[in-house]
Amino acid sequence: MTPSSPLAIEASGLVKDFGATRAVAGVDLAVPGGAVYGVLGPNGAGKTTTIRMLATLLRPDGGEARVLGHDIVAEADTVRGLISLTGQLASVDEDLTGRENLVLLGRLLGYSRARARARAMELLDAFGLAEAAGRQVKTYSGGMRRRLDIAASIVVTPRLMFLDEPTTGLDPRSRNHVWDIVRALVDQGTTVLLCTQYLDEADQLAGRIAVIDHGRVIAEGTPGQLKASVGRSRLHVRMLDPAGRDEAAAVLERETGEAPRAEADPGALSLAVADAERGAAAIAALSAAGLTVAHFSLGQPSLDEVFLALTGRAAEEPAAQAGDYQPQEVTA
Amino acid sequence: MSTASIPDDGVRRVDGELRAALAAGERPARPSPLSAALTFGWRGMLKIKHVPEQLIDVTLTPVLFVLMFTYMFGGAISGSTDEYLQFLLPGIVVMSVLFTTVYSGVTLNTDVTKGVVDRFRSLPIARPAPLVGAVLGDSVRYVIGACVVLGVGLAIGYRPEGGALGVVGAIALVVVFSCGLAWLMTSVALVLRSPSATMNAGFMALFPLTFLSNIFVPPETLPGWLEAWVDVNPVSLLATASRGLMAGTADWGDVGWVLLAAAALTAVFAPLTTWLYRRKT
Repeated sequence: MTPSSPLAIEASGLVKDFGATRAVAGVDLAVPGGAVYGVLGPNGAGKTTTIRMLATLLRPDGGEARVLGHDIVAEADTVRGLISLTGQLASVDEDLTGRENLVLLGRLLGYSRARARARAMELLDAFGLAEAAGRQVKTYSGGMRRRLDIAASIVVTPRLMFLDEPTTGLDPRSRNHVWDIVRALVDQGTTVLLCTQYLDEADQLAGRIAVIDHGRVIAEGTPGQLKASVGRSRLHVRMLDPAGRDEAAAVLERETGEAPRAEADPGALSLAVADAERGAAAIAALSAAGLTVAHFSLGQPSLDEVFLALTGRAAEEPAAQAGDYQPQEVTA
Repeated sequence: MSTASIPDDGVRRVDGELRAALAAGERPARPSPLSAALTFGWRGMLKIKHVPEQLIDVTLTPVLFVLMFTYMFGGAISGSTDEYLQFLLPGIVVMSVLFTTVYSGVTLNTDVTKGVVDRFRSLPIARPAPLVGAVLGDSVRYVIGACVVLGVGLAIGYRPEGGALGVVGAIALVVVFSCGLAWLMTSVALVLRSPSATMNAGFMALFPLTFLSNIFVPPETLPGWLEAWVDVNPVSLLATASRGLMAGTADWGDVGWVLLAAAALTAVFAPLTTWLYRRKT
């Protein structure tokens, strides 16, 4: 095999135009091997176009990139032998059964008929799809389809896997399942480039994150660095007696100079605080005022707030596709 | 963690199997281009099994035509239904198979719109393999379509004078021509936006080609301008050649022209399809 480059992906100045629209306007990436690298941005930011260029499906109009040390244009065929792609659309054949889809890919990758069949069953078992193996994929739920799609991407374990919005439209349980699969892949040594519009997802999985907006990388770093750049934590408080919430809000505002936000929970409040010490002082002030606190926590700012701080606007809600999954605020 | 309250039953168990499965995915040697194409051909077979509607659609119409035209117009056109059937049936075999080529385009366009093509294009396989394999798989579909129509014809009294050899030759000729036409359909499929647009375009092109041909009536009775068109229509040529083969009176010149047309279609549209497929965004 090829000598491993210290970087799994090196891209500089990648550009892609569709007619008059510049979808990707000079993306630079340096993705270290052996971890999840998150590419985060709202719909239409250029994430998918960037992934498609790196996966050799689209030829860049400018710039260059190397994937696992190989040029994506000049050595496209070598790159294809090292990567796999799980696209935004679950790219499996709906007319075929789950097993047939995996056998098809096994054969296309060079397995013998018997080996391809055995590999398909092994993967179907591992992904909890054994019972649905003989059913046409069009009868699968969204979560099953997504798992089959990922299974199809690892018939041969890739050195680098592109995952484009793997949990869009999934329920929380299916989403957790996908996350576990991604973690297992990384433990086993695969590098994962994860595109997502869910800030929470990048936070959960990625070691580093590039934030993309309007076809450019606008920030890059670890989730902690990105959050630190916003600079403030959020204090969450839940009062034992919801009737005391207004009074508590007044105490907190007096103590911190910040107006608390009333949460949906009738006893809960949250407010931004500069550091942990001021947060502790605010809790102490509530106790001193005779108001009983049932629960409190001090969270880092969510990546939602990071996005707001970076772009001056909220990450757009992908309401049309998000299904019942809403990004959650991270409180731990 | 905020997600701790969500039940994750079964995940640990799956996790162990998952790790084992991930570790077992060693990379084999790449398949040859032929092997990859045959695998795509196998996929085409599976589609016949799982989506028989597509084949039934395009076979049922010609079967109805055989029955309706034979019994409605047979007497008027040829003096007797039996005699008309001898004339009509080889042409309907042609029509049936030509209609089936539309689905070669529809299938490819569906692959594009559903994202399946993305996966195939990201695999380390010979670039034209998915396309060549699909045409190979579709040729089986063409043979099935031809045999169904032929079977109905035989059941109601069609008797090919050219014998089994003539019939096999005629079907082979129709299938070879249709494989050429399939490349035109796949090129169109890669330019249009949806499977239904591809289907409409295919049938819009095929209806005038099949109806304004000598499949249903001998062109001598037509007005001059229409006769001129029918005479140069490649579908007429194909119908005449396969009629000749089935009747044992083949004009080898006609057969040669059909093969040449098939070669020309393939020479132009197979590379065009491959190019469009490679450039597909």
